[in-house]
Amino acid sequence: MHDVTETKTHSSGQALETAKLGIWCFLATEVLLFGALFTAYTIFRVSDPQMFLTEHLKLNRIFGAVNTIVLICSSLSVALGIAAIRQGKQRMLRICLILTLVLAATFLGVKYAEYSEHIARGELPGTNNFFSLYYMMTGLHAIHVCGGMAALGTMLVMAYRGKFSAEYNTPVEITGLYWHFVDLVWIYLFPLLYLIG
Amino acid sequence: MSAYRTYIIVWIALLILTVLTWGISYINLGMGNVAVALLIASLKAALVALFFMHLRYENRLVWAFALVPLLFLALIIFGTLADTMSR
Repeated sequence: MHDVTETKTHSSGQALETAKLGIWCFLATEVLLFGALFTAYTIFRVSDPQMFLTEHLKLNRIFGAVNTIVLICSSLSVALGIAAIRQGKQRMLRICLILTLVLAATFLGVKYAEYSEHIARGELPGTNNFFSLYYMMTGLHAIHVCGGMAALGTMLVMAYRGKFSAEYNTPVEITGLYWHFVDLVWIYLFPLLYLIG
Repeated sequence: MSAYRTYIIVWIALLILTVLTWGISYINLGMGNVAVALLIASLKAALVALFFMHLRYENRLVWAFALVPLLFLALIIFGTLADTMSR
């Protein structure tokens, strides 16, 4: 008896609100985590603007732009998936989750290509402050993409097992929020590292 | 307006803003480049937060969790900068 009411309130009641507050609390800590690196970026940039000007041209802005588009599309796909499961459309959710995962993997693939290029040219984390920042910020971001993929993958498995419905889809919602945050960070990383001279 | 349509429209706006920020980066505005790039990025961020992350429909407590970190971020960036620039 107690169990049934518990599950029924998960999606629409206090439990969902609590879960959402929880993930936003976590995202707040993440803002400060990346914020520390953005602070370092600001300080290094102000201290040596000339180096930023010369070094940032060594980044592959086409790859950067492609990755920006890839992540924006992945945010759309996960949002569509959540909208779908809210209407009980299980198959649409699975398709959207798979699409998001494919796009996330594409992002990592492009980053691998980029890093390979840089390493081949001897542009390493220890080369100078700019590349140190570049590797640290995009590296930390890529780790977050991996974590996001793990969460999305878990959601996909649970979706295949029929765990989600119009009444209960809290975990997907929470995963989606985390994934949008990953997109958000990149939205700032791209112009600051690749575009501004 | 259905949720799907809202998401598609926001997505298109994000793509347009991306092209915009890419294009403007080729024009030399001096220090203006940084300001414009940050402005466009913040606009994109706002779109993602408000619509994809549903912040638009959330209560004040969630808004507080979303906005207060930005306040602290401003504190740490400008606080540290104030030190660096007065050396």
